[in-house]
Amino acid sequence: MFEPIEVGSRSRRTFSAAGRILGALKLDGPLLVGIGLIMLFGLVVLYSASGQNWSMVFKAGVRAALGGVAMCALAQVKPAFLRRLALPLWVMGVILLIVVDVTGHIGKGAQRWLDLGFMRFQPSEIMKLAVPMCAAWWLHERPLPPDWKALFVVALIILVPSCLTIIQPDLGTGTLILIGGTLVVIMAGLQFRVMFGLAAAGVVSAWFAWQYVLYDYQKQRVFTLLDPESDKLGAGYHIIQSQIAIGSGGVFGKGLLNGSQGQLEFLPERTTDFIYAMVGEELGLLGATILLLLYCFVVGRALYLAVETQDTFARLLAGSISLTFFVYVFINAGMVSGLLPVVGVPLPLVSYGGTSMVTLLASFGILMSLYSHRKLVAS
Amino acid sequence: MGTVRIKDHWGEQRLFEQRAVVASVLIALLTFVLIGRLVVLQVMRYDYYADLSQGNRVRVEPLPAQRGLILDRNGTVLTENRPAFQLELVRERVPNVEATLKRLIEIGVLEADDLEEVTKLVRSRRSFESVPIRLRLTDEEIARFAVHRFEFPGVDIATRLTRFYPHGEHAVHALGYVAAISEGDVKKLEKDQQLANYAGTTLIGKLGLEQAFEKELHGIDGSRQILVNAAGRSVQQQGTLTPDLQEIKPQPGRDIITGIDFPTQLVAEQGLIGRRGSVVAIDPSNGDVIAMVSTPGFDPNPFGRGLTIKEYAALRDNIDVPLLNRAIRGEYPPGSTVKPAIAIGGLAYGITTPQHTKVCPGFFRLPGSSHRFRDWRPAGHGVVNMQAAIAHSCDVYFYDLAANMGVDKLSAWLGHFGLGQPTHIDIGGERRGINPNPEWKRTRFKRREDQVWFPGETVSFGIGQGYLVVTPVQLAHMTSILATRGKSYQPRLVTALREQGTGKIEKIEPKLIETVEASPEHWQVTIDGMVLVMNGGTGRSSQRGAEYQIAGKTGTAQVFTVGQNEKYNEAQLDERLHDHGWFIAFAPAEAPKIAVAVLIENGKHGTAAAVIARRVLDQYILGRTTTPEIPPPVKTAAGTVVVPDAAGDE
Repeated sequence: MFEPIEVGSRSRRTFSAAGRILGALKLDGPLLVGIGLIMLFGLVVLYSASGQNWSMVFKAGVRAALGGVAMCALAQVKPAFLRRLALPLWVMGVILLIVVDVTGHIGKGAQRWLDLGFMRFQPSEIMKLAVPMCAAWWLHERPLPPDWKALFVVALIILVPSCLTIIQPDLGTGTLILIGGTLVVIMAGLQFRVMFGLAAAGVVSAWFAWQYVLYDYQKQRVFTLLDPESDKLGAGYHIIQSQIAIGSGGVFGKGLLNGSQGQLEFLPERTTDFIYAMVGEELGLLGATILLLLYCFVVGRALYLAVETQDTFARLLAGSISLTFFVYVFINAGMVSGLLPVVGVPLPLVSYGGTSMVTLLASFGILMSLYSHRKLVAS
Repeated sequence: MGTVRIKDHWGEQRLFEQRAVVASVLIALLTFVLIGRLVVLQVMRYDYYADLSQGNRVRVEPLPAQRGLILDRNGTVLTENRPAFQLELVRERVPNVEATLKRLIEIGVLEADDLEEVTKLVRSRRSFESVPIRLRLTDEEIARFAVHRFEFPGVDIATRLTRFYPHGEHAVHALGYVAAISEGDVKKLEKDQQLANYAGTTLIGKLGLEQAFEKELHGIDGSRQILVNAAGRSVQQQGTLTPDLQEIKPQPGRDIITGIDFPTQLVAEQGLIGRRGSVVAIDPSNGDVIAMVSTPGFDPNPFGRGLTIKEYAALRDNIDVPLLNRAIRGEYPPGSTVKPAIAIGGLAYGITTPQHTKVCPGFFRLPGSSHRFRDWRPAGHGVVNMQAAIAHSCDVYFYDLAANMGVDKLSAWLGHFGLGQPTHIDIGGERRGINPNPEWKRTRFKRREDQVWFPGETVSFGIGQGYLVVTPVQLAHMTSILATRGKSYQPRLVTALREQGTGKIEKIEPKLIETVEASPEHWQVTIDGMVLVMNGGTGRSSQRGAEYQIAGKTGTAQVFTVGQNEKYNEAQLDERLHDHGWFIAFAPAEAPKIAVAVLIENGKHGTAAAVIARRVLDQYILGRTTTPEIPPPVKTAAGTVVVPDAAGDE
């Protein structure tokens, strides 16, 4: 009779002990659990998508671990330091982007990578963090909602790197940088009427971009979205095959390892950008919905942490990180299920690929740091 | 710019919280959109996408049915399926296709002329597909390739069943051949809703039995579902499950049992070596075709692998038209071979009697006309009765009989013997010949003056000349009616169908078309006349030494019309303008087992044909021949053909 009570109380004790350890490490338990569950989900799907390639799963695991380390490390960094780091990081990123654009121009072709000899990395990837950080830093000093002067500076902070990225050309990442920065401004309390005004301006500039800036392959992606059947074997092939994969999965899916679209290679990019279709095919509506709900939980928890932070910089940056994360999920899932054009956006924490995994976990590290250091800031 | 705003921390916190709430609502909404999209795809359009997915992964591969065999009456296989060895190449396993093909030419298993075509073929197929680059390798080529095999990764010898005619050109016109399915065939198959049944088949029957019995021989193709990946490559399984794939077993075609007696067929063919001609032998008791020969023939085997344009042109443009089945498509004037049938007509209609005699002065004149219808024997036959007229093939007697019968009766009577109408033999392409009468002439000719039937035309009709033309099978059919004294059985090659596997035999009943009505004495008189032909008459040389009695009739068909005051001089005529030689016979005369018609194009007279007929009768009745083989004609340097002469009368 006493046994269950013993066990229960012991587990509660264990739980609170874990809480203390997490607290000491400046980590957030629920967020960590959510992220961990999504990554585990991702590894299982990757095992199937890669054709039971253990070495690929192992590599993904190693990257997740590396990202975890980066997250823990960043969680220890004090928000004040991050705030001071914002501007220099942004300036360095812009310089690197210009370097990449110039070498790319010389090399005649898309140039996104910077080769440092021992490793290659994408400066635009840094910008995904640097732009919200810098925008949050700028607005942190100003009264909110921001006035026109503040807005103008923020616009520069956001538009310079995103334009530099778009002309690489990398429309996908450029748009994501733009969204990440814009979310900061919105969370800063930008008036809705201003938002609508900007949206109108956005439509005009989109038309302008369509006419004078966008490359043919980028326009083609939009066309393909509007009518995938028009180009069955070309650009439309991806969308058609991924919709077949998802649709044929039904409510319960074909079972892990049994999705014919994925296993028989009809589904392109099935370990990376189109892994969401693998989920839909093999795990069905049920599996995909569970994954989406896990994402919602993570975003919700992140947003809660953002609200709990105590200064403007922390709030804005944490809010932007949380919402950007959801934007990634929405763009990827929307694109794979045929709601949005095909842009190269991976499914966060699930798609196979190192840079995105590390960047995302790093941003969660920053978010945890912003939250967990609040009491120190207050005292 | 005005007032300096002071940061309101509390207000900013509230503002952020508001925004966070709005954001949460938006997130919930967008998540709802994503899940809604999944519901649309996975629930509402599930069937549609499930079908597409199934169509993606499963490919239906046809399983060809095994084609039925064709056998002779003794069970000898005339047409079979044999494994053929072919060289196949898988592009992705070949390091350098061009070099490999060149090397294959060097070792002599590939023709240099085919290089371009083979290269094109290989490039047009998918890299993992095994492409046949050379069909029907000979044993020697297989051996040669085997020695060099290590040099050719990705090239291998494959085996598949293909149609084979073990006897080459023997009986080819009866059997026909198979060849690649043409566009025309596809249209026809489509119309008959049979196209799906040919998915796994590359060959189709083109002539003779192969064509006429295509449906029975072909059987029903089966199919097998196989799992394929996006590249179209066949894969064993998908993930952890081997999906249940359907397989429909092919139903093999039925074997065809013919009435052909292959030894008799061979003897008949031997007699026509080097000549253009035809032999058709029929069992009079049921219409079964015992032998069907048309020379020259051709080897049907190359058609299965595909003839080159050059090879086909050589066959098509050959002056001797080897592709023509003379037995059913060659139309010739029957000459005197129709005399027995006309004789019995005269008796049956009561126009003449067996005893009635006629003086033959060597020519015939219609009353009130100066035109002389010549007898083949310028000196005439003297006084002849019916039997003598048949025995010596007296033309004057039959000129007179025809003139007395009139064209309408003559034509109608010969119609009962199947002339001028299809025999409905069970292979296609048969010509009906012409059995003329005034009605026919009216419709046949455009010009008014040509449409009139002249009495003189009735006269020539009496000796099987003029407009009357027949095919060898029609004459054999006519002969078999004489042999059975009136029983007209539809000639047929196929007597039964046999199921492969079970061996169950479905017999086809002989078809009695009609019984030609004449009194027994009249039949007897006529047949006695045909017996006399062999005993002192025009066919006597072929009866010599025979162990049974033959009833026969010679015939000569004019190719070149000799002018009224000219004399036919064969030495001056081109060989191809020489008269056609005919011989019809049945034996034994009192209990006939076989009726035969032999035609030698430009054979000058019927005697040479009678020599061939004798050997055919011997072979069928005795199981052996009793006369020497017939030497082929000798082609001289000048190009004329010297036919070894069997001294004959007509």
